[in-house]
Amino acid sequence: MKLAINIENITKTYPGVLANSEVSIKVNSGDIHAIVGENGAGKSTLMKILYGMVKPDSGNIEIFENKANMSSPKDSINLGIGMVHQHFMLAKNLTVLENIILGIDKPFLKNIKLSKYKTEIQKVMELYSLNIDLNQYVDELSVGEKQRVEIIKVLYRGAKILILDEPTAVLVPQEVKDLFKNLKDLKNNGVTVLFISHKLDEVLEIADEISVMRSGQMIDTVLNDNVSKTQLAEMMIGKSLPTPPARLTSTDEKVILKVENLKSNDENGRTIFEDVSFEVHKSEILGIAGVEGNGQKEVVEAIIGIQALDSGKVIFKNNDIEEQGTRERLESGISFIPEDRQLQAMIMEMDLTNNVIIGRQNIKKYKSSLGTVKMKNAVNESEKVISAFEVKTPGTSTLATALSGGNQQKFVVGRELEDSPSLLIASQPTRGIDIGAQALIWEKLRNSRDEGLSVLLISADLEELIGLSDRIIVFYQGKLVKEIEAENITPEDLGSYMTGLKK
Amino acid sequence: MKIFKSLSKRYIVFTPILLVVVVAQVETYSQLTTSGTFGAAVRLAIPILLAGLGGLYSEKTGVVNIGLEGMMIMGTWFGAWGGFTFGAWQGVFIGMLGGALFGLIHAIATVSFQVDHIVSGVAINILAAGVARFLNVIAYEGVAFASSTASPRIQGDIGIFTMPFLAGGKIGETVTPNLIGRVEDLNIFLVSDFAGLMLGFLSNISYLTLFALILVPVSFLVLWFTPLGLQMRSVGEYPAGAESLGVNVYLMKYIGVTISGALSGLAGSYLVVAGTGTYLEGQTGGRGFIGLASMLFGNYKPFGILMGSGLFGFADALQLRSPQAVHGLLIVISIFLLVLTFKAFFEKKYKACVVSFLLSAAFLIWFVNSTSIPNQFVYFTPHITTLIVLSFANQRIKLPEKNGVPYKKGELN
Amino acid sequence: MKMRFRLVSVSAPIIALTISFGLSSLILLIIGKDPYETFKIMFEYGIRGKSIVSIINRSIPLYISAIAVAVGFKMGLFNIGVEGQYLMGALVAAYIGAQFSIITPLHILFIIIVAVATSSLWAAIAGYLKVEKGIHEVISTIMLNYIGTGLIAYSLTTIFDEPNSNYDLPRTKELPETGKMPPLNKFFNIEDLQDLHGFLVIAILVGIFYYWLVWKTTLGFDLRITGSNPIAAKFSGINPNKLVVIAMITSGGFAGLVGLGPLLGYFHRYTIDFPTGLGFAGIGVALLGRNHPFGMAVGALLFAFLQRSAQILDLNDVPKEIEQMMQAFILLIVVVFYEVIRRFIVKQQIKDASKRTDE
Repeated sequence: MKLAINIENITKTYPGVLANSEVSIKVNSGDIHAIVGENGAGKSTLMKILYGMVKPDSGNIEIFENKANMSSPKDSINLGIGMVHQHFMLAKNLTVLENIILGIDKPFLKNIKLSKYKTEIQKVMELYSLNIDLNQYVDELSVGEKQRVEIIKVLYRGAKILILDEPTAVLVPQEVKDLFKNLKDLKNNGVTVLFISHKLDEVLEIADEISVMRSGQMIDTVLNDNVSKTQLAEMMIGKSLPTPPARLTSTDEKVILKVENLKSNDENGRTIFEDVSFEVHKSEILGIAGVEGNGQKEVVEAIIGIQALDSGKVIFKNNDIEEQGTRERLESGISFIPEDRQLQAMIMEMDLTNNVIIGRQNIKKYKSSLGTVKMKNAVNESEKVISAFEVKTPGTSTLATALSGGNQQKFVVGRELEDSPSLLIASQPTRGIDIGAQALIWEKLRNSRDEGLSVLLISADLEELIGLSDRIIVFYQGKLVKEIEAENITPEDLGSYMTGLKK
Repeated sequence: MKIFKSLSKRYIVFTPILLVVVVAQVETYSQLTTSGTFGAAVRLAIPILLAGLGGLYSEKTGVVNIGLEGMMIMGTWFGAWGGFTFGAWQGVFIGMLGGALFGLIHAIATVSFQVDHIVSGVAINILAAGVARFLNVIAYEGVAFASSTASPRIQGDIGIFTMPFLAGGKIGETVTPNLIGRVEDLNIFLVSDFAGLMLGFLSNISYLTLFALILVPVSFLVLWFTPLGLQMRSVGEYPAGAESLGVNVYLMKYIGVTISGALSGLAGSYLVVAGTGTYLEGQTGGRGFIGLASMLFGNYKPFGILMGSGLFGFADALQLRSPQAVHGLLIVISIFLLVLTFKAFFEKKYKACVVSFLLSAAFLIWFVNSTSIPNQFVYFTPHITTLIVLSFANQRIKLPEKNGVPYKKGELN
Repeated sequence: MKMRFRLVSVSAPIIALTISFGLSSLILLIIGKDPYETFKIMFEYGIRGKSIVSIINRSIPLYISAIAVAVGFKMGLFNIGVEGQYLMGALVAAYIGAQFSIITPLHILFIIIVAVATSSLWAAIAGYLKVEKGIHEVISTIMLNYIGTGLIAYSLTTIFDEPNSNYDLPRTKELPETGKMPPLNKFFNIEDLQDLHGFLVIAILVGIFYYWLVWKTTLGFDLRITGSNPIAAKFSGINPNKLVVIAMITSGGFAGLVGLGPLLGYFHRYTIDFPTGLGFAGIGVALLGRNHPFGMAVGALLFAFLQRSAQILDLNDVPKEIEQMMQAFILLIVVVFYEVIRRFIVKQQIKDASKRTDE
């Protein structure tokens, strides 16, 4: 059998969006085949169709040279397709074993043959050199381990085609290496791997063939040997990849934010972070690097006032602010872009006018002496943000939920920057948005920094972090382990510090 | 040493129990630990247990069910009507169906139509009250002993069982000696009180009670050891993930919620059968909500729910049978608060220390200056017990991850 | 565009009403009564002059109760305890209000303040339990209802009971003339009909105040965003715990006014017959009116109309309890349709947004 997957002229539209337009692709059996494209290119939709979660409007699909019609994930599973999603589909409070065997038995009242399953899964783990403790609860696992569970899950169900959606987005360079070794083992055992990514370096390292998508269309499929990174990039966006703009000015001497010996334990007494001390100067972007769960998110939330501090000082513009509530801190010149815009930064059911007030409801601009809301000012401000940040929306009375992710993020960033804060804390400011929005946000951050803004930047995108920051500090297991000038470090080294390999 | 450590962690549970036993040695408060009281406690705990188990099935699949009270009301009405029209056991079954029907309505509203879970539950309670009232008026036109708020008596009875030898039950026609009863009569500290507890479980137990008690280990096995249970739990934890593996999320939720309705309905039928044998408006008395409380107290585990409902049943039993004994609880509370005062002092929580000391003193004064508690107060013993228990129990509660969050099929998108 | 969506929202209660009428007709048919006749009789009785006054009187406490519940709903809190809160407020106010006499406007104002303070305090307990102990307010307020009932029963028979009374049952001393709210009949030239409660004025003021509070003030803004998204609210500087307590106290405060309509209007004292159930009825009206001041007014009038017009049914051999069924049906169905329509509107907005931005 030569072709594992043969997709012909798949089209899928959503209201107002042409997600896939006459997409065709051939994947050879036993290959590692990558599909690249920026956010919004249509890769996810294509994968959802392959996995039976979405039905195409038209087109044909053949799996192992048999016509296939998938109307549910079960159909795809039966055809030997297994999907490892970007956001892991694991239930935290169930064990690894329960997560792996979920859905295999029909939901009847018979006894689950635990020992039989355990032996079978052990066999699969041995065959593919993947190891994990079956009795652990998923919420106790590391990110890399969780991904391994996902892979075992699909292999156990007899997957011969493995689809990985942005698998390296949450991994550090060392974990990526482990993953690639696993993929090569899988390939040697006859498994076909379909690999979605927008990270061209990784794709060039591992893939046999690469298909490029852009704006819902399949642009071309090329052999890895025959193509360069720049060529791929140009195919992906129709022009060359933007990089964070170069550093122009130097940092000021003045210290805007200083934290000393911050420490916090959780309710079980475990340390979340301790001995954390650093400074942020005027006209400086301080990048914070760290694998998710190493305390950096909580430190930043402590500076804002949401995370409780057991001890330590937070000094903003020479004032001690640890005793202040979040509202006072926000009103004294700190702005915050939280990492989850839909959950933490906006009210989805409200319109943009109301959303522009969030975080600053009590300042004179928006609150009259009677306590009423000054809606007119809100409308003006919202329109200002919309135009300055090129937010694509019919108007300021559109509901937040109606905007695309990129436009929502642009609005949030705009809202926070237009306030002319002294300190901006930005957590994953360009996560999951299209390249155009990302470039705009980078430009605005750079400009504001040049005009005097101090920025605390958390990002899992190491290129963004290194590209934007002046200095970078690294968090590992709740402690600050390294401080370095951004121009002196590579993503690989940064990854080593983030995982404790280098000290 | 290790045993002491784990025991001292559980002091919240053991101290009050010990105190109650001590106070029960006093003649006036002896009712605190008699088999009569415990027997009543079991009887009163069962509806709460069933409601709590019902809540468990629903919430494990991620649907909050505030409508347990309404489903229980339907259980009482349909149970009484079925019992009157056909017979006691048929009535029980029909009561379950009535509850299940309303469970189904809640499922349709919350699962298929994505209505907010609590809003739907509240609406179900209002609907059940209205339906019960209306049905009661039209179903018994011309029948004696029926009014708009009460139904006529059911036919027959659910059988009662008393364990032979241990509790003096009958074998054939002969009455066997009541061994445990003799131990109870000996009035030995702790041993006799414990005997009272055992006797409460072994004498005059309705077969329905046995059935309800068996449901506890059965629920544990079903939810944690069968594929059905695993799929139900996965749906409450991570519906999107479950769906991606081919689990029918909507179906699991429907099953969970309908079972919760059936169990609440069973609770209602039990109230009728174990009570006056009639439907009475208002007879559920908030037990649906107390059932929810016992589910929270039991940390979403069947055996925990059994403990919780036992506690509430005990409070209820005291209130009904021996208001005198409730007076004895005052001194129990006072001493317990004193213990808490010391604990707070050692933990340097001075504000809490002062507060519990003042409260302890207040209860002591009340105890000393009265011989009984006004029966209007006694009446809300279970309700205030609920609040007190929940205040202490809340620290370690682990809700299913996606509990109360409406789920739309294909939400993976 | 906004108007279009508003009109669509209104269709939900209309659909619910229609389906409810349909279901009730079905039930009437099953029990052998003529639906058309039944509804005709109800309607004719309901629009009589005397009935209209009665309906407005009935709707006053329903409306205020709905507003009390709605304040909670706006914040995502379910104050099921309005029932206990209003009864406690009414009892304490009835007792204290009867102890003295000053000029009417001041006397009534004083009674209002006492009632509101009592009910707010009772509601604050639930707020405290939620914030400090994490107890969900649905459970705590319901438990407090039962506890409140016990406390009321006790104090009514002991400390609040009218001294030296030949009357068998416990009740508070009657309010003096200055503590009674004058009727509004002379303003509408309906002197021949029964009293139109003066408390109507207060009810309208309450509605206006509620609207201003929730939609115009910053506090209301904070309430609404906490109700929509408590996490984003926290990130925006709102202290959710403080807000929960404020919301419960406000809700409880409004609840205190619920019993004053009957108390100041015709009861003039607290007895064991004092109207109960208004707290629960208010929940229904709030859900029906979708927490909107005007919608709830319409809902209150509707429910009051149904209650009043159903009274005639007993005389016509139709069980008047059908009316409670109708109310319950309306409630359940409207709640479903509000959700359906809300999703529809959101989908439409998304469509509009992507259409416009493609240009």
